[in-house]
Amino acid sequence: MSVVMKHEVIEANRRRYEELRAAGQEATPKGLPEPTALDAAPIAAEAIISHEEVPAGWYATLRLRRGEALRIIDGSGRSSVSMIGWREEETSERLNCADTVKVQWSVALSKGRVLLSDMGRVFMSLVEDTSGAHDILVGGSTPASTLAAFGETTRNTHENFLAAAAKIGLSLRDLPPCVTFFAPVSLDEQGRFLWREGRKRAGDFVDLRAEMNLIVVLSNCAHPLDPARPASSAPVNLIRHRAPLAAPDDACRTVSPEIVRAFTFTDRLYA
Amino acid sequence: MTSPANAASTNPSSGVYAHDIPAERPWSHLLKRGQTLRIIDSEGQQAVDALLYGAADLAERYSAQDTLRVQGSAYIELGTRLISNRGRVMARITADSCGRHDTSAGCCSCESNAVRFGEMTKYQHACRENFVLELAKYGLGKRDIVANLNFFMNVPIDPAGNFTVVDGISAPGNYVDLTAEMDVIVVLSNCPQVNNPCNGFDPTPIRVMISDPPAALSSW
Repeated sequence: MSVVMKHEVIEANRRRYEELRAAGQEATPKGLPEPTALDAAPIAAEAIISHEEVPAGWYATLRLRRGEALRIIDGSGRSSVSMIGWREEETSERLNCADTVKVQWSVALSKGRVLLSDMGRVFMSLVEDTSGAHDILVGGSTPASTLAAFGETTRNTHENFLAAAAKIGLSLRDLPPCVTFFAPVSLDEQGRFLWREGRKRAGDFVDLRAEMNLIVVLSNCAHPLDPARPASSAPVNLIRHRAPLAAPDDACRTVSPEIVRAFTFTDRLYA
Repeated sequence: MTSPANAASTNPSSGVYAHDIPAERPWSHLLKRGQTLRIIDSEGQQAVDALLYGAADLAERYSAQDTLRVQGSAYIELGTRLISNRGRVMARITADSCGRHDTSAGCCSCESNAVRFGEMTKYQHACRENFVLELAKYGLGKRDIVANLNFFMNVPIDPAGNFTVVDGISAPGNYVDLTAEMDVIVVLSNCPQVNNPCNGFDPTPIRVMISDPPAALSSW
């Protein structure tokens, strides 16, 4: 390639990148829906498949089919719930936090956003969300973090994930970074992590619609940045329920050109 | 693609290994406890994706989330302890003439490129292709690729949550040093991405050098 041609390709790629950035950080956020109200979005009794209460410190493993959704409810307003997961048919494909934030140009998860797998497909969609205060950077608690926080190693998310993975034939090698719901982590100008206590409310919930057939693990352990001593935790409730597939005009599917493509690639798996 | 003729050399005077990694290519090497790996951004603005695995137990590997949690902040810089998924320090950043590195953006892949930049970019070389091929030498596969380090990659995250790959700030010759605190396999991908500014839209070679600890410390 001549120097002039190479320069033209570079400039064209730079222009396209700047257009994508402007769309992703200026246009897309304006189209995001408002948070779900605490008393909105009731689940019809006949849509409920199963219900489970997970005690503080414990975990649950759920299989979710495409066409189903998971509601996670923090009834006390004191819990945080960390999640990882895999595609049921091919567990090397899993939740990918890095692609989730990179593709959406944002670490702020809220109603209308999606979680992505590492294969350019949509893992789950946040179809309802009262909170909009979740963590996708710092991760869950570990033996070391609980020892540092409480002076003793307590039940923690890392060991919950390890135990859950072992029960489905997976291991330490299969644990990806996690997302934690109801964990109001933000950053200051220097990149230091902050905990915004005022962003937690009793009864906060999210509805995560499975866009693939999934196995997910939910760990109900205090987030490592939660300053409460002793650990502020309480049971959380998980409701697995039937949810319509994402329609062509679905708010999550159409949130941005990138996510339109991710849904297209996901649909091809099941075409 | 072939390796250059001067692919690797040793310098007996300081006991070092040195290697020029061509643009877009992977590399890996054992870094023993106490040894230092210097990664040099030879021509500037070149992202270098990196993974670390415990040499004694390959299931122990670099963990971005453990590293950020322990540090309490979002960027990799001088003094950062690189923490494993078992909560142990694998290495430290012991020198840094660039000042800003990322560990939240992951590596590029054919599949994520197609989502981010359009399906016409699916058949472009990507870091995950490099990682998979290099990891195969150790019996590892795609499931072993975790959220990686991105040296010389500038990804500010603002208080509103905006997450942006912007122009790299590394000048030609800028370097970062990793000093190992356990024996680790270091796996690098000299990033081939041409669709965002992480490589100035023009991937270039990098250089790696391994040095032994100063004599006084070599009896660890």
